[in-house]
Amino acid sequence: MSLLRTENVMMQFGGVLAVNNLNLEVNEHEIVALIGPNGAGKTTAFNMITGVYTPTQGKVLYMDASGKERDLTGKKPSTIAKLGVARTFQNIRLFSDLTVYENVLIAKHLHLKSNFLSATFRLPWYRKEEAAMRESVEALLKEVDLWDLRNEKASSLPYGQQRHLEIIRALATSPRLLLLDEPAAGMNPKETDELTDFIRHIRDQFGLTIFMIEHHMDLVMEISDRIYVLDFGMTIAQGDPESIQNNQRVITAYLGED
Amino acid sequence: MLTDKKKIILTLLALVALFGVATFIQTEMDSYIRRIVNLCLIYAIIGLSMNLTNGFAGQFSLGQAGFMAIGAYAVGIFTVPVDLRPMVFYATPMNPAISHIYLSMPQALLLGGLVAALVAGLIGAPVLRLRGDYLAIATLGFSEIIRILITNASSITNGALGIKGIPALNDVRYIFVATAITYVVVALLINSSYGRAFKAIREDEIAAEAMGIDLFYHKNLAFMVSAFFAGVGGGLYGALLGTVDPKNFLFTLTYNFLLIIVLGGMGSITGSMLGAVVVTGGLEYLRMFDEPMEIMGVAIPLFRPGLRMVVFSLLLMACVLFWRHGIMGTREFTWEKFFSFLRHPLAFLRKKEVGK
Repeated sequence: MSLLRTENVMMQFGGVLAVNNLNLEVNEHEIVALIGPNGAGKTTAFNMITGVYTPTQGKVLYMDASGKERDLTGKKPSTIAKLGVARTFQNIRLFSDLTVYENVLIAKHLHLKSNFLSATFRLPWYRKEEAAMRESVEALLKEVDLWDLRNEKASSLPYGQQRHLEIIRALATSPRLLLLDEPAAGMNPKETDELTDFIRHIRDQFGLTIFMIEHHMDLVMEISDRIYVLDFGMTIAQGDPESIQNNQRVITAYLGED
Repeated sequence: MLTDKKKIILTLLALVALFGVATFIQTEMDSYIRRIVNLCLIYAIIGLSMNLTNGFAGQFSLGQAGFMAIGAYAVGIFTVPVDLRPMVFYATPMNPAISHIYLSMPQALLLGGLVAALVAGLIGAPVLRLRGDYLAIATLGFSEIIRILITNASSITNGALGIKGIPALNDVRYIFVATAITYVVVALLINSSYGRAFKAIREDEIAAEAMGIDLFYHKNLAFMVSAFFAGVGGGLYGALLGTVDPKNFLFTLTYNFLLIIVLGGMGSITGSMLGAVVVTGGLEYLRMFDEPMEIMGVAIPLFRPGLRMVVFSLLLMACVLFWRHGIMGTREFTWEKFFSFLRHPLAFLRKKEVGK
């Protein structure tokens, strides 16, 4: 059963057709990669799925926790996040002036049931929720070895850790589908290897489905169950890593023709 | 380490002690000092309210004067004794629908706050979609619209004549209690999950939204709570002056509070309190520049009414140039820092990032 599906999704910016007729399918517990040369429309595709852009045409469909298929097209990003779709960003977007702990704690806010008055006046049911939030953040940070850095400002972490924290923050929203936009950007081979293990680990531990954009081919080929290749907004190939590696159109798109 | 319970007890003790100070000022000090202290406290309320939208939620709004006007007029319209009203509304008689409604001061303050919050909700719906400078201009515009509506609704607000004869409120203790309530409520709100969501919006709207924080709801919430306290503060301001007049609520009034929060530190409630004291107290202290001065029999030519503002502006420019994050930045007073200061004052001050 597919968790995420796009039906002939199209995004047009003025005269530019950024994404044309995109038909994706991401199944539960899969790791799917979206690759393609710069400007192929990968991030635009992500932005349509997460509600940052409303597609000019087509539909984004998502199966929610109860197994019902929902139309995400034109929904607000916050609504989509509440339905269980979390994401990271190509250029890190942490809450840089806040601490590591606060960054992750904020991601728990979307499941808060108490209204702002019971929160302000610390009514018992809010206090219970707050305690539960703090407990689960503590468990999460300890699990990923960020607990000792909890009082550091997010912006003071080294680059690799910031990327890491962004994924943790997305995890804290308790997603079912995690979208990673170039998680290995700017990482050295060692860090990339660690990231590969980490992505696998969180998929298994949290029962996630992962859909990612990535340029590091080692990472993509090693980890992905399936790959979609975009070029100039069109899907030029899809399939398992092996078939993509040998696909003539993909090679042409990346390397050019003789 | 201090437990939460101890901190709450300490805070309550501090509030009681400060109430003692307020009582002392009320009973022992002259009316000039009382007036300055009252003004400080009221400015602190409005500074706190403005910091909530501007400093915590990061939405640059300049509508405070308009919300103050709403609060002040709620006090003006409903607290003037019914039998005095025909004399106040001598040009245009008061609308019979409200001319017999009398409210006590706390009721009128609450009403003013609620109406201001309601108006903020209505304004916020279209305006909070804007960002940065555009939001500032739009809120500034709405604040003027409120003022002009008030000027023209003569049968309710007495128009340009203003409302005189508001029962004078010059009790430091009363205003202190209002300030303390505002401070505690704002502190509790910003330290709750909702407050953290405000900060997330300030830091990065796109990321906040992707983390499931509904921008529209949270921005509007911050805006409405802010307007509520601005309304209450405006009501107290009107009651302190004993008269409300549309000219009191020109958009330039908002800049006083912008000054307070910038000077105190955007995103620090301790900063807003300090800022209110520094700005209000400082403007009074600098009054000596407004009076002619002679040194050894020679009159110094520059000392004349108005020089005070020149000096104050220069001080501000210096502050913005060299001390960009204001007195507190986003830091807050905490009991831990207070005790570490008491234990080792010098070591505490030497630390570059105080209390980090």
